[in-house]
Amino acid sequence: MIAFDYNTATPRIGVYICHCGINIAGKVKVDEVAAFAKTLPHVVKSCDYKFMCSDPGQELIQQDIRELGLNRVVVASCSPLLHEPTFRKACADAGLNPFFFQMANIREHVSWVTPDKEAGTEKAKALVAAAVERVQHNRPLEKKQVPVNANAMVVGGGIAGIHAALTLANSGKHVYLVEREPTIGGHMAMFDKTFPTLDCAACILTPKMSDVKNHPNITLWSYSEVEQVEGYAGNFKVKVKRKPRYINEESCVGCLECVDACVFKTPRFDNEFDLGLKKRKPVYMPFPQATPTVVTVDPKTCLQLSKGKCAQKCAEVCPKDCFDFTQTETYEDVDVGAIILATGFQVFDGKRIPKYGYGKYENVYSSLEVERLVNASGPTQGELVLKNGEKPKSVAIIHCVGSRDHKTNKYCSRVCCMYSLKLAHLIKERTEAEIYNFYIDMRTPGKGYEEFYDRLLEEGVHFIRGRVAEVSDWAMTPEEKGKLIIRAEDTLIGMPRRIPVDMVVLSVGLEAHKDADEVRRKFNISCSHEGWFHERHPKLAPVSTATDGIFLAGACQGPKDIPDTVAQAGAAAAEAMAMIDKGVVELEPNTAYIDEELCCGCRTCVGMCPYSAIKADEALGIAVLNEALCKGCGTCVAACPSGAAQQNMFTDQQIFEELVGVLNYV
Amino acid sequence: MSNGNVFQPRIVAFFCNWCTYTASDLTGISRLSYAPNVRIIRIMCSGRLDPQFVIAALREGADGVLVGGCHPGDCHYIEGNYKALRRFLLLKKMLKNMGIEEERVRLEWIAASEGDKVQKVVNEMTAQIRELGPLQLHAIPTPDSMKECAAAACCCGEGGHR
Repeated sequence: MIAFDYNTATPRIGVYICHCGINIAGKVKVDEVAAFAKTLPHVVKSCDYKFMCSDPGQELIQQDIRELGLNRVVVASCSPLLHEPTFRKACADAGLNPFFFQMANIREHVSWVTPDKEAGTEKAKALVAAAVERVQHNRPLEKKQVPVNANAMVVGGGIAGIHAALTLANSGKHVYLVEREPTIGGHMAMFDKTFPTLDCAACILTPKMSDVKNHPNITLWSYSEVEQVEGYAGNFKVKVKRKPRYINEESCVGCLECVDACVFKTPRFDNEFDLGLKKRKPVYMPFPQATPTVVTVDPKTCLQLSKGKCAQKCAEVCPKDCFDFTQTETYEDVDVGAIILATGFQVFDGKRIPKYGYGKYENVYSSLEVERLVNASGPTQGELVLKNGEKPKSVAIIHCVGSRDHKTNKYCSRVCCMYSLKLAHLIKERTEAEIYNFYIDMRTPGKGYEEFYDRLLEEGVHFIRGRVAEVSDWAMTPEEKGKLIIRAEDTLIGMPRRIPVDMVVLSVGLEAHKDADEVRRKFNISCSHEGWFHERHPKLAPVSTATDGIFLAGACQGPKDIPDTVAQAGAAAAEAMAMIDKGVVELEPNTAYIDEELCCGCRTCVGMCPYSAIKADEALGIAVLNEALCKGCGTCVAACPSGAAQQNMFTDQQIFEELVGVLNYV
Repeated sequence: MSNGNVFQPRIVAFFCNWCTYTASDLTGISRLSYAPNVRIIRIMCSGRLDPQFVIAALREGADGVLVGGCHPGDCHYIEGNYKALRRFLLLKKMLKNMGIEEERVRLEWIAASEGDKVQKVVNEMTAQIRELGPLQLHAIPTPDSMKECAAAACCCGEGGHR
């Protein structure tokens, strides 16, 4: 480290204005800004350069630190959220404390938002002046290193969560997998086949599900939800709520004798897994391959639990005495280093577009319901039949229901074209019905996807380009009687059409979970207004979030298909692993501190701290701050009437100087 | 500033690191242009905003101050934005008593995904302050100057000092 007394040494500031190609130089006269910076106090070097973040750019700074004896560095370029670490490291490598570096954001905040070059140049000058003023009052700091807990948590047990958990577990990390439903498997477990290869979904998923169950490094908590998350990267404290199953999960082997013995002789309650197309009893297993292979008692429909009165035949026949109607919610507290969110999606509710008759006409189905109908383990054992038990002779598939629609969701759900093709193929295979696809655009980007579309065209499936106006049962001719009539404009022939069909499938889009907002607040991450969780950077950090140590996998980040989901889950697991294996996390030293000389002991700050990091010391009559608990928000600093509380990197003086710089020079 | 004939207000913005500063980066990434009058200063949390910063900004020549934080319930530090709101309401009252128009200071909740809102708010505020004109600050009144003011029948009599 370069040795100088920062309290007394005269600042020697180097200012570097980045062109960022033409990103900045196109809207800011960089040479003029550099010349202006030279006139500012204590600036000994000022220049502009094409790409400051490049190796030669960084080398330029390092050379000047060594040769000109710079003790402060200002780079005016992009957002500090992007390249601050780069330049800090460059300074540190040249022996300067990295916190003597200050960045001015003249790309995101100037050149990209200011069409007028004169105005842009003036604004850039102001921001450079502010950084020059501020950097003089920066102080040398050190990043705190904190050890990382080697365990990880995965939230959501769909294919994303399963793959992420297995990848982490295979690398030797202990994983807590939390799933809120009674079984893992997610949406993929509901499908019969997967596009475009027509792999049997169960055949490729269920082995992974049982791997999860049997893996020594995975603790599976199904029927559980994350209640609370505290701490920070490397050291999260998570509280998990385990909902009562009224069954001893450890001893139940899923023999299902209790289900047969239940006082309800026939299943009469909607099975959620089959979207209500199949009924279940109050004691049930969602589907035969459910993992864990244990039954669950539904407290809403079980007579013992809802009415307090039942013969309890189920408990009587249980060979392992698993029933316990006194169970209540329990809580598990675990420490983990990294968390992967893989909470998935929900499908669009077709009822929100009444003109398609979902919920009104019995033979209008959502695509997910049809997935269950064509599934061999589904409600009809894979037979696709109408409500009257007959096979449909004609089926319409309406694309983009709840996608690419300004009234519902503007975005493309990415998977609907392909799964519509898959369903078209499966329905044709099983019923030989005529199939009409009504689409806006066919979107089939992906390996083997376009080829699959070609195959469907050859199979004789009809494709009609046009958004459907209405589905009704208003017959105009005897042939239309008893049918569902599709009215749509065929935009390729430029004619309106009426097509009578027996069954309508709505290709519903993917949506963020209804409670996505609540979930992301728990994990302190952000989401788009649609509810999709935000990645840190769309290209360069697609599985990270703004909160260190929390990663994303699968459709909770945006609609995606199974291959992309699995790839992303692997990436998230790798990021988590990299963090855990590094062993330590570095924390920004932006914590607060209290100047004992100035503190008058008024205790204003004590009540302000959201983390209870400040305590009043009765004996000394002053406030004492526990740095380990401080997260660096600075609320206490803003409240302190005597200026005793200060925040590293954001002292009152630094901010005042930045203000002066921003206002006084230009 | 350029465009000499039109009054170009100077606005200082204090944006929290997690939501609004990130949003303003997104405004740039999305190339949504807005009035060049705003200068953004990053703070970790809107709760870090010492009301003195606002007063200092106005004293140092700003015509308006914009504060941006996370939406209620979204604060990275649990509840810093609520604290900012409390302080802000008091500050507004105080500025009003000092005769500074309320519209010159503004608190907005802007989430990281709301790049378009940064554009909208900055443009709105710039137009609004342009209409108000430059901020005129007068010296602190003394008993003598108050007498003078009263004689001139200026606003001091109504409780304000312009």
